[in-house]
Amino acid sequence: MSTLEIKDLHVSIETDQGTKDILKGVSLTINSGEIHAIMGPNGSGKSTLASTIAGHPRYDVTKGEILLDGEDVLEMGADERAQAGLFLAMQYPVEVPGVTMTNFLRTAKTAIEGEAPKLRTWTKEVKDAMEKLRIDADFANRNVNEGFSGGEKKRVEILQLELFKPKFAILDETDSGLDIDALRVVSEGVNRAHEDNGMGTLLITHYTRILNYIKPSFVHVFVDGKVAEQGGPELADELEANGYDRFLTPAAAAV
Amino acid sequence: MTEQIAKAEEVLRNTNDPGVIQKVLDDNPELKGLGTYEYGWSDSDTAGATAKRGIDTSVVEDISNKKSEPEWMLKLRKKGLKYFERKPQPTWGADLSEIDFDNIKYFVRSTEKQAQTWEDLPEDIRNTYERLGIPEAERERLVSGVAAQYESEVVYHQIREDLEEQGVIFMDTDTALKEHPEFFEEYFGSVIPVGDNKFAALNTAVWSGGSFVYVPKGVHVEIPLQAYFRINTENMGQFERTLIIADEGSYVHYIEGCTAPIYNTDSLHSAVVEIIVRKNARVRYTTIQNWSTNVYNLVTKRAIVDEGGTMEWIDGNIGSKVTMKYPAVYLTGEHAKGETLSVAFAGAGQHQDTGSKMVHMAPNTSSSIVSKSVARSGGRASYRGLVQINPEAKGSANSVVCDALLVDTISKTDTYPYIDIREDDVTLGHEATVSKVSEDQLFYLMSRGLAEDEAMAMIVRGFIEPIARELPMEYALELNRLIELQMEGSVG
Ligand SMILES: Nc1ncnc2c1ncn2[C@@H]1O[C@H](COP(=O)(O)OP(=O)(O)OP(=O)(O)O)[C@@H](O)[C@H]1O
Ligand SMILES: [Mg+2]
Repeated sequence: MSTLEIKDLHVSIETDQGTKDILKGVSLTINSGEIHAIMGPNGSGKSTLASTIAGHPRYDVTKGEILLDGEDVLEMGADERAQAGLFLAMQYPVEVPGVTMTNFLRTAKTAIEGEAPKLRTWTKEVKDAMEKLRIDADFANRNVNEGFSGGEKKRVEILQLELFKPKFAILDETDSGLDIDALRVVSEGVNRAHEDNGMGTLLITHYTRILNYIKPSFVHVFVDGKVAEQGGPELADELEANGYDRFLTPAAAAV
Repeated sequence: MTEQIAKAEEVLRNTNDPGVIQKVLDDNPELKGLGTYEYGWSDSDTAGATAKRGIDTSVVEDISNKKSEPEWMLKLRKKGLKYFERKPQPTWGADLSEIDFDNIKYFVRSTEKQAQTWEDLPEDIRNTYERLGIPEAERERLVSGVAAQYESEVVYHQIREDLEEQGVIFMDTDTALKEHPEFFEEYFGSVIPVGDNKFAALNTAVWSGGSFVYVPKGVHVEIPLQAYFRINTENMGQFERTLIIADEGSYVHYIEGCTAPIYNTDSLHSAVVEIIVRKNARVRYTTIQNWSTNVYNLVTKRAIVDEGGTMEWIDGNIGSKVTMKYPAVYLTGEHAKGETLSVAFAGAGQHQDTGSKMVHMAPNTSSSIVSKSVARSGGRASYRGLVQINPEAKGSANSVVCDALLVDTISKTDTYPYIDIREDDVTLGHEATVSKVSEDQLFYLMSRGLAEDEAMAMIVRGFIEPIARELPMEYALELNRLIELQMEGSVG
């Protein structure tokens, strides 16, 4: 049983126009096995939260804490967070030219576990996971994310999630860009990680459709760098029906 | 400073014991940069200690005498010396103003006679080659012939018997001059004339060692021939001279590697490599240059290619203080092909000024240059290339791709692509990119558990993969390992 705690998190970034505050006091606690959905308007800071948890150097934490089983996550580099069991499925996965998926997956697994996986079982594990996610075997020899379609990149993020077996995963709009079948196989992958490893999940999405497959117990409405409201799955349906209007300050609504 | 060097040597002597290294490095953090060059040990050095410094006619005569050369070679050497003295330093390229020609030792004889077995070598020298993994490669039959040059001369040499039976000649150039003078009278200096440039002239004056390769008509040497160059003494000048002749329809792959100890003061390596590719023959010449960062590496390499022949240069420059090297191909026969794949790493204090030169002198010739460079820690990587298409070279095609990767913001890269086209009916392509390792790329890999330097090394390896792919597997692995060493401590 593990816990990921986010306490009163304030985050800003340096831009050409000066410092910009993006997160303005986010608090959230996720336990093993729990699924939390975050929904919120464009630009409200959802990806910022995700990247900050994963340790992107662009984001400055000006206040607050992130704790993994009581350990200070903000003290750790991005690599150490991954080794500690955090995983971010990115909204925009990055291309790494000249590095094959096979090489990348094995290197990353080795880095996360601290030792190289046994080659034979590993190869099979990768092959099986790819089959389940309906990723063509050719992808093993392709360069990381290079020339992948939007949906293919997302599937490959979930492939990593299944292989690296994190304690907590943050899925940043993994459902965007997936076709109907892909949405189902990807959701099945996430659900497997839940059942098999008791993974806790923070699922960022704009659409309720994925919530038919991955059932959250908590829904958070994210507005202007803060959690504006929390509730159960019914909150998602309400958002789907009415939008974010009632959460927006008049000023923000006018934008 | 000498104390520092002594400590550095201690580190290097103990390179097999990570515990010892870590302790020494912890005690002496300033040594960390030194420790990352793995080949920086030196052997005891009686031959080098007594060698004369500086160059004049007597040095040239002495070399020629020691080798009991024919009169014409001595004459040519003297001509080389004249050109060397007369020609100014190049005013372009890297800064060469600090080379002290009077302080260089131009000839160092480390053993009296060439060995046919590794056991016959002096222990010091043998150990050095063992540590470099050369005898092992030979035992494992990864190479079909080996020549090992230590200081000025080839100290060990071997070629597989079946190749010898097919008439393949692979020996050091000094011996070849004695045993096969006919080739030398015809070809020596025919591709790179004595006065071609200041450093080719210097090489002609004081050359010693290097390889001679002759592959008879139609013979394919399937497994590479390997040459290994080692400088041991401080302020050494190594001037090997290589001549490769691939007769009609033949094939050979020649690979060279080079390393040297780390010293405070500079050494000079100035080779000349001449290659003759006859009709429909193919030569591939691979270099993994990993001199220590006190070596000036100023090398002239050129091939002439007859009808239907192919010359491929694969040129990896990782070490040295300064490298200026632009392997050239003169396409003299119709449908001749030239290809250069060049990869350069410039770390702290290094300037890699590299590229290639393609000269189209016959119709329907084609050439391509792919250059990839990586600069980090304030190093500078320059691409310099020339594509020349002569009036009669109708239907010729050339493409140049040069990509530079900057690992940080203090390093530099620049490109000097020269084009001289005197024929209309040609196809040309040129692409150049400069990229930086992006924060997002690093973050992506680090969020998958890779430490920053591992992530950096992975990005760099990916960047040069199109070239590593062309190397035999052991060399690709070696190149990757060298990159990892280079990238260690490159961040943070
Ligand atoms: N480098 C940057 N420079 C300027 N503004 C930035 C930068 N990075 C993020 N922002 C701003 O921070 C805010 C939050 O961005 P973020 O990507 O976290 O939003 P999001 O909630 O994930 O939106 P979406 O639903 O569109 O993915 C946005 O207004 C965005 O423009
Ligand atoms: Mg987002």
